[in-house]
Amino acid sequence: MTIRLRALGGAAILLTLAACSPATSDKPAAINELPAPLSAEGDFGATLQAALIAAKPGETIVLPEGTFQLADGLSLDVDGVTLRGAGQEKTILDFTGQEGAGEGLLVTSDDVTLMDFAVRNTKGDGIKSKGADQIIYRYLTVEWTGGPDENNGAYGVYPVESKNVLVENVTVRAASDAGIYVGQSDNIIVRNSVVEYNVAGIEIENSMNADVYGNIARNNTGGILVFDLPDLPVTGGNSTRIFDNEIGSNNTRNFAPAGNIVASVPSGTGVIVMANQNVHVFDNKFDDNRSAHVLIMSYSLPFTDERYNPLPRDLVLRDNFYGAGGNDPQGDLAPLAAALGGTLPAIVWDGVARWGEGAAQDVNLAVLEGPEVGFISFGLGKYPIDPATMAPSPERPQATPAAEPAAIVLPHADR
Amino acid sequence: MRWVVLLAPLFLLAACSPAGKGAPGPDLGVILAEDPAPSLSDYGLFADMASGAPAPGVLPYDLINPLFTDHAAKHRFVFVPDGQAAAYRETDVFDFPVGSVLVKTFAFAPDMRAPEEGQWRVETRLLLHKAGGWAAYPYIWNAAQTEAVYSPAGQRLGIETISPDGETLELRYAVPNQNQCKTCHQAGKDIAPIGPKVRHLAHKDQLTRWEAAGILSGVPEDVEGEPYAFDPSAPLDLRARAWLDVNCAHCHKADGSASNSGLWLASAETGQARIGILKHPVAAGRGSGGLKQVIVPGDPDASILLYRMASTEPGVAMPELGRSVTDPHSLALIREWIAAMETE
Repeated sequence: MTIRLRALGGAAILLTLAACSPATSDKPAAINELPAPLSAEGDFGATLQAALIAAKPGETIVLPEGTFQLADGLSLDVDGVTLRGAGQEKTILDFTGQEGAGEGLLVTSDDVTLMDFAVRNTKGDGIKSKGADQIIYRYLTVEWTGGPDENNGAYGVYPVESKNVLVENVTVRAASDAGIYVGQSDNIIVRNSVVEYNVAGIEIENSMNADVYGNIARNNTGGILVFDLPDLPVTGGNSTRIFDNEIGSNNTRNFAPAGNIVASVPSGTGVIVMANQNVHVFDNKFDDNRSAHVLIMSYSLPFTDERYNPLPRDLVLRDNFYGAGGNDPQGDLAPLAAALGGTLPAIVWDGVARWGEGAAQDVNLAVLEGPEVGFISFGLGKYPIDPATMAPSPERPQATPAAEPAAIVLPHADR
Repeated sequence: MRWVVLLAPLFLLAACSPAGKGAPGPDLGVILAEDPAPSLSDYGLFADMASGAPAPGVLPYDLINPLFTDHAAKHRFVFVPDGQAAAYRETDVFDFPVGSVLVKTFAFAPDMRAPEEGQWRVETRLLLHKAGGWAAYPYIWNAAQTEAVYSPAGQRLGIETISPDGETLELRYAVPNQNQCKTCHQAGKDIAPIGPKVRHLAHKDQLTRWEAAGILSGVPEDVEGEPYAFDPSAPLDLRARAWLDVNCAHCHKADGSASNSGLWLASAETGQARIGILKHPVAAGRGSGGLKQVIVPGDPDASILLYRMASTEPGVAMPELGRSVTDPHSLALIREWIAAMETE
């Protein structure tokens, strides 16, 4: 009773004040009040694109609630703009009828925040940001609603060539390459997101200093990938931590179009580390990945890039939970597993430690799991690999665990 | 309707003093203003909007190899402020002084085998060299062909025409939006012209005419442009590389929109993997078409480059912007080039 009376009393006073000074009542007191949403009438694509072009730095563009059909890709090239919808389930940008552009939304400016909307059925990538520093992807959904299909776009959330990247609380479904792909970037957090029914759930590629945590990667072909590739402007990917993720049932068939590197990901893999350096995988929960929970491998295609090292180095695996898995290895792992009785242990390494004419390297792979966690090296020795040289061994490699990188701090994360 | 009302007085003013500021010709005040002018005529680049005749000091020019944009006819003009000249550069775009303007009008005729007959202008794109760098603005022509209006959001237009080969085309022609201008004209964080480089301009005494007009200085003797891509008497490799340079390298370069692909297609690039030979794609998605390498020497049908050139599907088609149909001549050229490459 007391509370109700107080509330009534407060309301009465406010009403009185408003009545006494009507001039102030129509000026909102709240500093952070949002501008009115864009009009949902007429050609919404043209309205939104015009707003994105006319935006001034610091401006927030508010998207109305509803499902909108977009005929062309959108783009934003103004620094400091926030694009905000009514919610992941409430503002839906539908690109089913898209006629042009390589993605649904392209961001090429710095300090941009994208939040509270969904992007559907783009012909190419979902949302791409290139050279866009301090970007935030927050509470977004990107999906192809027909489920896994070779004709779906490649990447859902796609920041590339950027510094300070935050992806959080996003959901990506059915990308024909990676749900969340961060490429050629530095200082990255991907957290608290759900990726499912993609070929790769999350992929960190040719990037430095990434923390990937608190995510659910399920029902993809491969859960979380850390790759380094040759012949790209930025190479030498290093220093990624993958922790506190749930990585399970990544048994969807590989539906990536051939030619893409993820087309070789065996269905049923949890984490893959390919090439790259200083990768730490800990405190994750792996379960029901039918090929292998963790696959550690070298890059296996020809390359000429003299800067490039195709071997994974300085890996640390510790304190992960490993449920059932490895019971039905797929893809390139199937024939290797067949030679071993048809199943694979939790952790699988190709055993490649040198390439070309080079001497064997100390790849320093530290498998610090308890003795009950299975491990196998195929003992392939040398790149390019020759399956005939397979020399499998359950013995864990000798290693001096690499120092763990410090937690990533993003200057803009609280924006 | 409001536009019409607003524009009408402007027209009257323009009619009273055609040069805007008393002297005929381009208006530097409008060119250098922070914001785009609402109408193309505001710049004073044309002596007569209806006929498209340029104002004094605005010089028509062309490129040896133009970008393919759905068979559109193009009319290019260059303006350099009086008493100044662009400085010659060997490989990069000429160094144009502030106040310079590059004008490109896109037009169609009912039958592109006779492009001058019944031609109408669709859009004019301006590149204006302002104090802080280049800016790119699109203008769309009115039905009466008397004015073009600043149209930053672009537009997609249905256009019916007959191609130079006699094929009936129903184009879904895209006037780019202002951001898309930058997608192609990107140079790092800045915007830059693409065409006015010596390799694209040096033919038919064009540079001599630029010098004679006083808009270009420092041209060495005997400079040569690249061959016309469809001149069978020129070496195939040079022709194909010239075509790729004009149609692809504005994005596929170190500071371009497609830098992250690692596929760089300027004619001066030498690395085999750099230009796509046996290179694996990085972010092609379904653009790979199930093929494994960008260029497979001797095997055009196994080459992603040709597959994407032959597509009109968004997400697959390359270039991503500016083309809604394929060009059989371009496809034949690149096919012939890849087929002729030596296999190892």
